[in-house]
Amino acid sequence: MVKMKDQICLQFFQIMIISIFVILIVFTAGVQIEAEIIQLATTTSTDDSGLLEEILPIFQEETGYQVDVIAVGTGQALEIGRRGDVDVLLVHAPELEKEFVDNGYGTARHHIMYNDFVMVGPENDPAGLGKENELIEALHRMYQFGSRGEATFASRGDESGTHVKEEEMWEAAGLEVERENWYLSLGQGMGDTLITANEIQAYTLTDRGTFLAMQDNLTNLTLLFEGDKKLINPYGIIPVNPEMHSHINILGAEALVEFFRSDDVQDKIGEFGKNNYGQPLFFPDAD
Amino acid sequence: MGTIIEGVREAVYLITGLDPEILNIISVSLRVTGTALIFAILIGMPLGTFLGMVNFPGKKLFTALLYTGMGFPPVVIGLFVFIFFSASGPFGFLNWLFTPNAIIVAQTIIAFPLVAGFVMTAVMGIDRNLLRQMESLGASRLQLLWTTIKEARLGSVVAVVAGFGAIISEVGAVMLVGGNIRGRTRVLTTAIVLETRQGRFGLAIALGIILLTIAFILNIIMINLQEKEID
Repeated sequence: MVKMKDQICLQFFQIMIISIFVILIVFTAGVQIEAEIIQLATTTSTDDSGLLEEILPIFQEETGYQVDVIAVGTGQALEIGRRGDVDVLLVHAPELEKEFVDNGYGTARHHIMYNDFVMVGPENDPAGLGKENELIEALHRMYQFGSRGEATFASRGDESGTHVKEEEMWEAAGLEVERENWYLSLGQGMGDTLITANEIQAYTLTDRGTFLAMQDNLTNLTLLFEGDKKLINPYGIIPVNPEMHSHINILGAEALVEFFRSDDVQDKIGEFGKNNYGQPLFFPDAD
Repeated sequence: MGTIIEGVREAVYLITGLDPEILNIISVSLRVTGTALIFAILIGMPLGTFLGMVNFPGKKLFTALLYTGMGFPPVVIGLFVFIFFSASGPFGFLNWLFTPNAIIVAQTIIAFPLVAGFVMTAVMGIDRNLLRQMESLGASRLQLLWTTIKEARLGSVVAVVAGFGAIISEVGAVMLVGGNIRGRTRVLTTAIVLETRQGRFGLAIALGIILLTIAFILNIIMINLQEKEID
């Protein structure tokens, strides 16, 4: 029996060693030198709008770079930027972006476009947000009707750019909503939050682009409040600093920045969405 | 209900229409999961056979670890793989993060404890007397090992099916380490999440039906294999 045990041990290790070799061979064969790739981390809402799908193919054709889009939450996008896992970021959280650049993780933040946030809610509008012209007034109304149990608010609750914006809004209105039982913190992306609001007849804050793109599937929701200056949502593009991570494709990242800032692409950004929604989803603002 | 019917219709349309993007998603899914499954078998089968046959000090602890591995939350494995293969991590130099390779690593780690666990159970269930008899009749060690593998083959089929099922349907780890990049690391499950997030339930259901069909076809093949071996 002892001999058999040894034999099996030996066999086992032989198989293990062979396995490891196979793994190494197959894996290294799979690794190609792909200098032409640029990895772009962006937020799910940007990706869901369809803008990148429309304009990145032009960049790929013009420059030969291939752009891999990784759509994650804002916090995650900034974190993978800090770790050097991507070459360039396209996000919309000005405060966090400034911090990112100030701490040396990004070379510079370039403005390329903005869109805006809007408040959407159930068609019958129980809180009457549609009657308000002032954001602060509208929020007070939301609070008042929420406390009476007549309205619900669905919050992203995921520390995304949109959620941070929403928190700033409540703070500007001097309202403490976190613990209210009509205030639902979902911890979900924009699409999921809109779908939830649509199902439970709740109000929510959304970027205009995602709402317009999904409107056909949100039959219970309607746009109720828009146009306040506080609801502007600026997008920045930031190349990751190659001094922090030497393998960063800084030439590619900078080519992409230049591309987004070019007159041609700025025009295209301003046109995007007009055909489908009768209004643009983004407004170009490269300086 | 309407959404589901719409989904079925969409699924048929997508497959018969040979939509290149859908075909690419299916092909990435199968390639990545297939490769991971091969690695999981290469690691899990010898490991399971070894654990099923040999006693050594600390085996209990090792087995407990293996069982924990069988039920380990895939997204946590994804997180570990992410950190290890991140540019700031120890394997960052490989540049595997956000490529199919990172997904293969994560899926292999998810699947191999399942394969090993099921194989171990199958090997432990073999009649010891048979092996002892063979040994006394002068069978070589290689013959003994071969008999063991043959006797445990039914359990091994279950092991492969369980491993495959666990990783083809996994979403958290694949999303995290693959990045759901269109045309490169987008697999069926991450595509379903993406479509759901955008409210395109019909398309999401269609992808779900395709995923179920693939799993179903594989299981039919495995059952046929099993029956042949019983005969």
